[in-house]
Amino acid sequence: MVTDMLQNFKQSIVVSLWFVFLTFPLMVVRVNTMNQEVIWRWMNMVWVAIGAFVLSYLWRYMLSRQQMRKQVADEGGEIRSRMQILLEDMSFRYRAMGFILLAALVFPLVFDTYQSTIMISALIYVVLGLGLNITVGLAGLLDLGYVAFFGVGAYSYALLNHHFDLGFWVTLPIGGIIGCLFGIVLGFPILRLRGDYLAIVTLGFGMIFKVVMENWDGLSFGPSGIANIDRPNFFGMDLSLANSTIYIYYIMIALVIFTILVTNRLKNSRIGRAWIAMREDEIACVAMGIDIARTKLSAYALGAFWAGMVGVLFASKTTFINPASFTFMESAIILSIVVLGGMGSILGVIIGAFFLILLPEYMRAFSEYRMLAFGAAMVLMMIFRPQGIISNLRQTYEYKGSKEKIDNG
Amino acid sequence: MEYFLELFFGGLTRGSIYALIALGYTMVYGIIQLINFAHGEIYMIGAFVALIVAGVCTIYGLSGVSILILAGVIAVIYACAYGYTLEKVAYRPLRGAPRLSPLISAIGMSIFLQNYVLLAQTSDFLPFPRLIPDFAFMEPVAHIIGSPELVILITTVITMILLTLLIKKTKVGKAMRATQQDMNMARLVGVNVDRIISLTFIIGSALAAIGGVLVASYIGQVNFYIGFLAGVKAFTAAVLGGIGSIPGAVFGGLVLGWAESFAAGYISSDYEDVFTFGLLVIILILRPAGILGKVRKQKV
Amino acid sequence: MADNKHKLLEVKGLTMDFGGLRAVDSVTLEVHEGDIAALIGPNGAGKTTFFNCITGIYNPTKGDVLLHPKGQKTRRLNGLKPNKVTEMGLARTFQNIRLFPDMTVLENVMIGRHCRTNSGIFRAIIKGKGVQEEERQIVESSYQLLEKVGLADFANEFSKNLPYGAQRRLEIARAMATDPFLLLLDEPAAGMNPQETADLEQLICKISDEEEMAILLIEHDMKLVMNISDPIYVMEYGKKIAEGSPQEIKDNPKVIEAYLGEETDA
Repeated sequence: MVTDMLQNFKQSIVVSLWFVFLTFPLMVVRVNTMNQEVIWRWMNMVWVAIGAFVLSYLWRYMLSRQQMRKQVADEGGEIRSRMQILLEDMSFRYRAMGFILLAALVFPLVFDTYQSTIMISALIYVVLGLGLNITVGLAGLLDLGYVAFFGVGAYSYALLNHHFDLGFWVTLPIGGIIGCLFGIVLGFPILRLRGDYLAIVTLGFGMIFKVVMENWDGLSFGPSGIANIDRPNFFGMDLSLANSTIYIYYIMIALVIFTILVTNRLKNSRIGRAWIAMREDEIACVAMGIDIARTKLSAYALGAFWAGMVGVLFASKTTFINPASFTFMESAIILSIVVLGGMGSILGVIIGAFFLILLPEYMRAFSEYRMLAFGAAMVLMMIFRPQGIISNLRQTYEYKGSKEKIDNG
Repeated sequence: MEYFLELFFGGLTRGSIYALIALGYTMVYGIIQLINFAHGEIYMIGAFVALIVAGVCTIYGLSGVSILILAGVIAVIYACAYGYTLEKVAYRPLRGAPRLSPLISAIGMSIFLQNYVLLAQTSDFLPFPRLIPDFAFMEPVAHIIGSPELVILITTVITMILLTLLIKKTKVGKAMRATQQDMNMARLVGVNVDRIISLTFIIGSALAAIGGVLVASYIGQVNFYIGFLAGVKAFTAAVLGGIGSIPGAVFGGLVLGWAESFAAGYISSDYEDVFTFGLLVIILILRPAGILGKVRKQKV
Repeated sequence: MADNKHKLLEVKGLTMDFGGLRAVDSVTLEVHEGDIAALIGPNGAGKTTFFNCITGIYNPTKGDVLLHPKGQKTRRLNGLKPNKVTEMGLARTFQNIRLFPDMTVLENVMIGRHCRTNSGIFRAIIKGKGVQEEERQIVESSYQLLEKVGLADFANEFSKNLPYGAQRRLEIARAMATDPFLLLLDEPAAGMNPQETADLEQLICKISDEEEMAILLIEHDMKLVMNISDPIYVMEYGKKIAEGSPQEIKDNPKVIEAYLGEETDA
């Protein structure tokens, strides 16, 4: 016991010293070339030392727990969290859903415009997360350029509105469809690619989209973007800013519900099963008679559809868009929503979106550490909880015929 | 003709830097089939550490070539340390996990390291001191190829010769090649595979840091974001030449460097990045094994 | 071999080259309706490659693979994609089990029904009567298959949690769910204990008796093969070296040599 503790202590000291060494030049030294002075921030070194010491304990503890879990799973045991058992209880699920819906509906009436605006952006990420969840979570196609489809939707509305004065409601489905078409066109050539290559190519698409939008002034008005995009009008009436925000909020709630319904149905359908099977084992999947190309394309295009649609909404909410809104970092945020929430799990992705978007919003002090935390969270999730916050529940099926047969026989 | 030569040497310089970084991607991919997304960040950290060391040295009164060498050496040491830690923290626990898990972890690590540098230092572009002197003997050809370019080319060539010797002639190199061919078999014949993987990361990181220091002193500025773009481009180079192949990475780096240089010089520099990514996409689609790569049949 | 039986699968001169290596060398083979045919041979003889060629995973260099379903037009299988081959009526299992680990046992079988059903994205979203009925049928037929292989009790477990022998049986059920004319089993008894192997033997016979499926299996367990298969084909170094009834195979000197190697030389 004592030697164990000593061993642990020693290990943590070594780790701590290592990280002090590692972070020394970047964390401690700062050179100001203007007035030729070096700023030494020794306190940072102390923080790093303490932090690394504590974290190394935590790290080893988590790893050993992980190991234990694996062992239990190997012996056929199943670990189900309290959360999971609760979620399988249908009556709880319905009550919770009712409560959440009610809360969502009264939200803008209780809180002010500012809060509603924040909530709208969280809801936008919910839809983006759910859309990407189809591509990444269900079908297992890692898409690093997802934001491009979001941008396609936003630019579709901005341009159609600017040139042809088309309204929000007309463009909403058009944006989705254009997103979808882009998904199909870009998806076609990359179907044959393996997982990691696909990721890089989609990353390339995302970058190309941004650079083209920045430079093709004739189409996109370049880096200065497009301003004065119409907000959605309410049966032909233009609304005040406050009312319009509330209106967009409700549109967003409707869109989220629609997305949840559709993705939920798809997930437990013939197509959804094919997506998951493809994610699990592509060769077995094709040997079971599933057309991989078609299945991949449908997942890719459908993911793009949601991004395109919610892009229209984004443009109408901000009334101004430029290429800077569609960077790789956005793709990374959406991806981390899916990864953190739990790949394939609808509830998980929703929780993940709220968590990742609202937390930095409400904790201002924390917000500059946002991306740092996202990055760390992606790594930690993959290592310690690859199934995400809420692991994907699979549909169970009852078959009554078999029981009768047994009874009769 | 002179313009052509200028672009030619510009492309060669650029390409040799891409090649240095691409080697890290290719070596890691060759061994554990992982796109080490955070590799570009190692390059950036190398450049940043060099900047800090150079800054401190300048203020404390050292000068000239001694700074360059000191900054270079410390940058390489730190990049190696980061590369080693990166593998140990973010990738080793995921050995044997589904294929996408380490890739997502790598993306996370890339974001983390970028923001770590951003928060610990600054988001501004920092000026990198001009450490490479102008050689007098380069005067007559200075409008075609400058002294910094010459230094970069010579350093790259020496580095690559050393790397080739390491892989072809030493025992460690043999172990690396064995691990690349068949990890389990290598383990059976007594190769410490974990150590070889660590070593691969360390070597790759050292090469990236050399590239980082050279580029920073050539271009003259550094910020936290330079690693991302350079990383993606170097990855393109690695894929272009056939990922997993060391001569392929060098070849791919040079091709990409020239392609960019000539495209920017004769067509337009606005779309330089589009051109690179377009090339990446086309290569991956038409010839995923790269120009020099071999097609590997998947076993069923 | 009885001549009155309908010829179902006909493989003519199948050859597969990998670079300079000839893994399968003009193999000719036939499976008739109701047969449990076996393909045996030492390790590395090219059996699995042969399977991969007829199921579309590899595109054979030369030769013909023809399927003659009773009362239907002949179908030429070489050059088709694996999913097309399965659609034509050839289903397989894998030597190293390839289930969908994070799907339930029942869902694994339901995947097999994919190519026999057809509701698409829009119909799945609207979820009308037709789709619901189709789903019900998928569940029902999958459940029945699970009962047949004795896994109905585990229907809603994740397939990765099944014991090894059960995973092999699940693979068979999944392949059967595609309604094949011919079932290809790649070493179904590998890694099984004697009890499990005996159960498997029964299962294969049962499938052959009850379903209208012919079976072609690759197997190393000679006892199993000799008990249930007729005809047996033997491969060595990519070539077919013998074919016949179990007795003929047992007495064939070439087979003995292939299996015992140098000992016969000595």
